[in-house]
Amino acid sequence: MNSVIFRSSTQVLLPFMLTVSVVVLFRGHNEPGGGFVGGLLAASGFALHAMAFGYRSAQDTLRIDPRVLIGVGLFIAAGSGIPSLLVGEAYLQGLWITLEPYGFPEPLKVGTPLAFDVGVYLLVLGAAFLMVCTLEEYRHDADDGS
Amino acid sequence: MTAASLSILLITAALAPALCRLSRRVGSLVVAAVPLALGGWFMAVAGDALSGSGFAETWTWLPELGIDLAFRVDGLAITFALLICLIGSGVLLYASSYLSDNPRLGSFMGVLTAFMAAMLGLVLADNLLLLFVFWELTSITSFLLIGFDHERERARWASVQALLTTGLGGLALLAGLIMLGLAGGTWTISELDAARVLESDLYTPIAVLVLLGAFTKSAIFPFHYWLPNAMEAPSPVSALLHSATMVKAGVYLVARLNPTMAGPLVWDESLAILGGVTMVLGAFLATRQDQLKRILAYSTVSSLGTLMMLLGLGAAKAAATYLLAHAIFKGCLFLVAGSLTKATGEKDPDRLGGLMSRDPVLGGAAIFAALSMAGMFPLIGFVGKELVIKAGLSHPEWATFATVGVVVAGALTVMAALLVGVRPFMLAPASGSDLEWRAAPGWRQLTLPVALAAVGIVAGLAPGLYAEPLVGGMVASITPSSVPAEIRLRWFELLWPPSTATFLSVAALGIGTALFAWRRLYRVATGPVARLEILGPARAYDGVLAGVTWIAARQTRIVQNGSLQTYVRVMLLVVTVVVGLALSRSLDLDLLPDVAGDATALEGMLILALCGAALAAVMQKTALATVACLSGVGFVLAILFAMYGAPDLAMTQFSVETLLLIIFVLVLFHLPKYSNLTSRAFRLLDIGVAGVFGITFGLFVVAVLAGEPTSSVAEFHAENAVPGGFGRNIVNVILVDFRAMDTLGEIFVIGVAGIGVYTMLRPRGTWRKEAAS
Repeated sequence: MNSVIFRSSTQVLLPFMLTVSVVVLFRGHNEPGGGFVGGLLAASGFALHAMAFGYRSAQDTLRIDPRVLIGVGLFIAAGSGIPSLLVGEAYLQGLWITLEPYGFPEPLKVGTPLAFDVGVYLLVLGAAFLMVCTLEEYRHDADDGS
Repeated sequence: MTAASLSILLITAALAPALCRLSRRVGSLVVAAVPLALGGWFMAVAGDALSGSGFAETWTWLPELGIDLAFRVDGLAITFALLICLIGSGVLLYASSYLSDNPRLGSFMGVLTAFMAAMLGLVLADNLLLLFVFWELTSITSFLLIGFDHERERARWASVQALLTTGLGGLALLAGLIMLGLAGGTWTISELDAARVLESDLYTPIAVLVLLGAFTKSAIFPFHYWLPNAMEAPSPVSALLHSATMVKAGVYLVARLNPTMAGPLVWDESLAILGGVTMVLGAFLATRQDQLKRILAYSTVSSLGTLMMLLGLGAAKAAATYLLAHAIFKGCLFLVAGSLTKATGEKDPDRLGGLMSRDPVLGGAAIFAALSMAGMFPLIGFVGKELVIKAGLSHPEWATFATVGVVVAGALTVMAALLVGVRPFMLAPASGSDLEWRAAPGWRQLTLPVALAAVGIVAGLAPGLYAEPLVGGMVASITPSSVPAEIRLRWFELLWPPSTATFLSVAALGIGTALFAWRRLYRVATGPVARLEILGPARAYDGVLAGVTWIAARQTRIVQNGSLQTYVRVMLLVVTVVVGLALSRSLDLDLLPDVAGDATALEGMLILALCGAALAAVMQKTALATVACLSGVGFVLAILFAMYGAPDLAMTQFSVETLLLIIFVLVLFHLPKYSNLTSRAFRLLDIGVAGVFGITFGLFVVAVLAGEPTSSVAEFHAENAVPGGFGRNIVNVILVDFRAMDTLGEIFVIGVAGIGVYTMLRPRGTWRKEAAS
């Protein structure tokens, strides 16, 4: 798509959407959000970029192969269940530790469910973006062929 | 040690390919030595096995189901074990020379040894289900061995035919054995209660199913067609599996269950009638063949029929003796036939001749084995045949039927025996045919045929050595008494003083020899009868197979017709019917809450917009416009979610709709306008389906709302989210903590879906590499 408005706004939107997606991911435990929505938001941002500048540009912006993201995401999510096994709990049982970094208004709780959610985020981003890129490329090939 | 013998054979089977790769000559000798050693062990313990009801060995396997690795070595088992190990060892030795130039000798030896383990397990097993496991294993190894020469289409076809036929019988047998176990109150064969089984309502189905299994395995009419085709296998396989051991598994099974199952009508009479028919039919068809191995195959069919008939007539002694005799002479003749064909390249016995001067050792073995098969004294075959005739004569009801059948089959068998064993060696070669004698059989090919011929002579002359104890032990296993009987198998006692049986035996010999002498005339005369075979069960097999394929193709075309519209229609209708049925049983219209009453104006507008978008979706002319309208439906839904206090759902719904729209645009961008619209009738049908579906689910949702709120789960989550999951967002806590396992499964599916799209649309290369280039 060659609309100047679309292209310019996409350039502003992508960083914004990625920031929001990360915020949504991390606040998900207490406020509306989470890894799934965050991943979808991030993927939407890259999809917009792909529509405006082509899928190759979007891939170069993401830098990481989405297939690798799928694998890494699944690995992190599945692996986040292992620490609880080590302490004798059931697989994927959440484990939490409370950190009190200097200057924070309240104690920060970090746990394996957070890692799980990060895994979900990466996988959803990878899978959705992989579909978009593949379809986009398929469309290009069809264009070349016709 | 019983279980150990099986393990040793299985380990040998696994090692055989490697051993033969190290050294074809030495490796195959090592493999052949293992069953010989086991045979020696079985000989050593034969005394224990033949006294009383033998000895047992049990290993716990599945105690909850009452299935143990239970083995019992009694008279019947020890005889089969000796046949399997000793003939098996000789056959392995023979194969190492017969297939010496075959690159797959190692795997052949391996599969053959694995077969021996399966067969040994089958005869030693004292548990119905364990027996069945080994039974199927013999079918599978037989399949592999028949199709060993898998590059020939005919061999593949024959192996599939054998597998399908015996596999079908195996299924019936499994059902029969399970019913037998239930009726008899135990899975242990030696503890089966005959009285309970006979009185059980299940008796008739058990008998029919078990006999179906035994008849397919032992190639009894009408399942006799697969055995001659199984001759596509190399000769060692024919000798071991398809004459000496595996095809006798059916006979073994009938003999083993005879003490429990023997009874009038189904068991005895099926065995007697079908066995008798098979005996005559097999012998007749044998004389019509013009290939050595096919003659032997049909005569094996005849012998198996004889054995079944004898068991049905209750003639355990005759059956046991004939079984022993047959394994000895038929195994020898198969190996001789294999060597002859390998040496001369000729399969037709009438084109062979004068070979006694070429190889007198092989000739001697063949002639003695053939004479034993024909029933000439003082060989063991004579004793067997005399007892068979006597059993026929002495039966109170079936004497005429059995005797006539036995004599006719006997005469035809004499002719077949002379054709296979005597014709190629003693008579002059057919004029005009120039015989080559390429690969003269070496000592490895001669050992077993000579040994078997010698055993046939010794067993006839000195039956007290092994024949009488073994037959006695078998009789004890076959009959309910289980007391080893005193058995006398002296050939001269049968010959003198002469009886009707002696006279009939001599008559069969004479008729058979005459038929052999005038076989050209005989063949012309019996031509019309033989032509009836094309109406037989072999045709039925082909017909059934073609029919199954045809039905499968047809039903696939109907069920999997590739039309997405049909699939959706069927799915919606099925769901509608199922939910509708459930609703119709529980829905009480009076109890429905007033769902429309408390809606606000905003909600009303949103719902109107929802309906409008849905209606617009079906009115559009292009796919893209339809997708846009459907997205409208999704976005309105998201607003509704947000309004009803489900912000997570709303967010997710928005994101999904956005991405879905992008993906749809990418997919549908190039699709033309709807050109191939369905007919008016189908559109009306679809309106109906969609309408009924919508109404049913509307009612369903309302009914769910009307029901008692089962909030225990929701309350649990609400109460435990903060203390247990350290999160105030219950939905997220559920997703990542309480129900993390489900989420893990879901994201796995998402990943697979992404990779699925990628692999389907991008069959070549990866775009990382292309981008770099």
